[in-house]
Amino acid sequence: MTFVAKPRVHHPRLPVNEIGLTRRDYEGSVSTLCAGCGHDSVSAAIVQATSELSIPPHRFAKVSGIGCSSKTPSYFLNKSHGFNSVHGRMPSVMTGANLANRDLHCIGVSGDGDSASIGLGQFSHIVRRRINMLYIVDNNGTYGLTKGQFSATNDKGSTSKKGVPNLYEPIDLVTMALQLGASFVARSFSGDKKQLIPLIQAGLKHKGMAFIDVISPCVAFNNHSGSTKSYEYIRENSGSAMAADYVANAQEITADYEPGTKEDVNMPDGSVLRLSKLDASYDPHDRVGALSYVMRQQEKGDVVTGLLYVDPEASDCHEIMNTCATPLNALNEAELCPGSDALAAINQSMR
Amino acid sequence: MTKNQSNKADAVRYNDLVVRFANVNGSGSASANGMFAKALFRMGVPVATRNIFPSNIQGLPTWFEVRVSEQGYLGRREGVDIMVAMNAETFAEDVASVSPGGYFVYDSTKPLDPKLRRSDINEVGIPLASLMMTEFSDLKQRGLFKNVTYLGALAELINIEFDVITGMVASAYKGKDALIAPNIRALEIGRNYARDYLTAPLPLQVRRSDAVGDRIMIDGNTAAGLGSVYGGATVCAWYPITPSTSVAEGYEKYANQLRMDKTTGEKNFAFVQAEDELSAIGIVIGAAWNGARAFTATSGPGISLMTEFLGLAYFAEIPAVIWDIQRSGPSTGMPTRTQQSDLLAAAYASHGDTKHPVLLPSTPKECFDFAADALDLADRLQTPILVLSDLELGMNDNLSDPFEWDDSRRYDRGKVLDAAALDATERFGRYLDVDGDGIGYRTYPGTHPEKGAFFTRGTSRDEYAAYTESPEVYEENMRRLELKWRTIAKAVPAPEVVNRDQRIGVLYFGTTALPMTEALDRLRVEGIELDEIRLRAFPFNQTVVDFIDKHDFVFVIEQNRDAQMKTLLMAECGFDAKKLVSVLYYGGLSISADTIQEQISDHFTAQKLPRLTGVQS
Repeated sequence: MTFVAKPRVHHPRLPVNEIGLTRRDYEGSVSTLCAGCGHDSVSAAIVQATSELSIPPHRFAKVSGIGCSSKTPSYFLNKSHGFNSVHGRMPSVMTGANLANRDLHCIGVSGDGDSASIGLGQFSHIVRRRINMLYIVDNNGTYGLTKGQFSATNDKGSTSKKGVPNLYEPIDLVTMALQLGASFVARSFSGDKKQLIPLIQAGLKHKGMAFIDVISPCVAFNNHSGSTKSYEYIRENSGSAMAADYVANAQEITADYEPGTKEDVNMPDGSVLRLSKLDASYDPHDRVGALSYVMRQQEKGDVVTGLLYVDPEASDCHEIMNTCATPLNALNEAELCPGSDALAAINQSMR
Repeated sequence: MTKNQSNKADAVRYNDLVVRFANVNGSGSASANGMFAKALFRMGVPVATRNIFPSNIQGLPTWFEVRVSEQGYLGRREGVDIMVAMNAETFAEDVASVSPGGYFVYDSTKPLDPKLRRSDINEVGIPLASLMMTEFSDLKQRGLFKNVTYLGALAELINIEFDVITGMVASAYKGKDALIAPNIRALEIGRNYARDYLTAPLPLQVRRSDAVGDRIMIDGNTAAGLGSVYGGATVCAWYPITPSTSVAEGYEKYANQLRMDKTTGEKNFAFVQAEDELSAIGIVIGAAWNGARAFTATSGPGISLMTEFLGLAYFAEIPAVIWDIQRSGPSTGMPTRTQQSDLLAAAYASHGDTKHPVLLPSTPKECFDFAADALDLADRLQTPILVLSDLELGMNDNLSDPFEWDDSRRYDRGKVLDAAALDATERFGRYLDVDGDGIGYRTYPGTHPEKGAFFTRGTSRDEYAAYTESPEVYEENMRRLELKWRTIAKAVPAPEVVNRDQRIGVLYFGTTALPMTEALDRLRVEGIELDEIRLRAFPFNQTVVDFIDKHDFVFVIEQNRDAQMKTLLMAECGFDAKKLVSVLYYGGLSISADTIQEQISDHFTAQKLPRLTGVQS
């Protein structure tokens, strides 16, 4: 197998974004995942979301762990650096990358095996550290590359392709993220582009860690009638609590919403996150309420999607640590080395 | 020994003694003991300190040993001349460890158990508890000032200049003036008791010297942390583990002091206490991938956890600096004792065909220098650099040459292409060996809108970082990494050789250097003269190979059971096992001059090797 580059020719009338680039400038190489894989829809959503945001494509840093999901950073944003790192360790590598250059837009892609099993510890701690990044889990409930073992997010009673039921309780990353103090928590479905794209855009604009758990069916191993992560099951059992729309600051807001059901959240760069409640009682700024709502719906077998919690005032790790505005990787001797006079004084203090 | 006992008119021995303090962990003895060592240092007398402590916060026995040597022997030697026994639980073992003719200082408020008495040593009883009882009403104060009181008595017993100690008390409690007077009072109580009731001074004494010269006193871990600040490290990610913790804490202390904007409090560094060592090394690798100078500090168990990442960093060619402050073995047992037993684990860490450069500092100065050098080497060589120190060097105050920094020194960021360089490049290939040294050019994320972006993964990629599983491409890449390894051998710190035109040599590294001078001086008296080589890094360069080649055989001294350095020399240079004779110690204390002397001398005797001047009895 070799790397396959997409042909560079494209339609001359392809629309351009504010910085004169087309969607093609945000694409990656040809996917080697199975035809129909939900992960490819997530990659496509990232391409569209990022091109619409008009961020120069080389200003992203993409980091992943290991697994089908972690291959996907090859399939979007070819002009940015990517790092397919170690199984379950995307959060630590992304932490380092973000510390080194706070100006880059960080996208971490992981899977349910990567984040809910081998990397559960790193997942928890990156939530605590509030790294300014978008953290996407392509959640299919199965280990695809090793041929269909259950993952830790697989629901109890859900069956394998051969009909064997899963005997263990699932780990839900959304409720974990809420409980651990994440400042932006969403769940979506790879087949719902309309919902996913604005969530990705809002997540990228959010200061701190934005977590999106994307149910992304595995067509090879977990898309059968006994699965609770199949296209069919999710289409029938998902309900959106909170629809989100990302409105760039340059755009005029024209949409008309029912009074009392919409809310505009101001993002750090002046853009607006427009929320509309589908369930009138839902409050996206109530962490405990969100937890309880998601868990109650889970009891009924329903998968709640949409933006579940956001704290627009959140801080990120650089604010917490009070690091300087200049990216750390751009500092040199003049800023970093205290020099020989300071050293002479230190020597003196050791006498 | 009371005033009435005679001193047998022994000749006074100056500036040559070992004092060991036996205390209870957490009893506040550390500062008094530290002051004792520092006072001698300030009198210009070379001292070396060793903490022998348990993995415990309060209650278990702890010892503090001070080696005093006018000749500058800073390694450990066997035997204790003065035992300050303040822990009743360890009395039996403490009495037993005193050298014949030595002194046993104890709290004589309670009489010493007659069963513990030894006729060949001198008892020095000071009624510390009862002295404290009359002087201080507060229970806690009685406990704390007891330590200062025995310090005062010791000052009188071995002739430490009293002004030096009182001066230290004054500066130690600057700003807490209320503490100065009672501390000085406690010192005086001890001194006065020794003056009035004991035969003081003893025939073991200290006196002012100029043997310290301009040297400073510092532990290796603090030196490593400071060196990392000077070397431009901007990201330190770590997880607490004895005996490495003070590397990260040293970095944080000096970075806060020297790298923080005084008005805004903004820091030009990031200091992250990670959730575990897996995360610590992941953060370092992510930061270095994105162009920041990053390091971590850990000990053996942490190295084990980091090995998967080290393999990735080797194949993906990402710089990283990892300090391993070695201790004795696994999680429980002797985590607070010293060894050199991570050598193979560090050199060959990880899966697949991996090898890593290892630096081997011997002194705090070298810890400082190697900290900055390792950051340069990691960037230049685009690979993880492991620095192997140990508890002996890392956590004990050692004499060191003062640190130096050349203000004209520039950080070596290695081969990095910026936007202008990329514009001038026709086609960028991350793993293309443009210069023939096995090292490609890298780019930082976000550098150029069109050029220089690449996807980092393990091995399945070609010179342009494009995905491939071609066997030919894989082998070609591995051959380039071999070529890079040869470049690395020329770049790491060279060994130090002392040539005396002998047929037999001795090879050592790290803290084994501390007792070497003394061991070799003693062997010389026995008619054994050896050439020396002190290794400062792995991979071995030609000097190492030549040194071993030209000698009949070479003693390889190391502080582990399995002769790991010997194994490494045999594996990497193809030496015959007979050519390398092991001298091993792995008891968890630092290797002593006595051990080295004895094992080498025994080998000479067993092999009937000729001595230069005949064995002296």
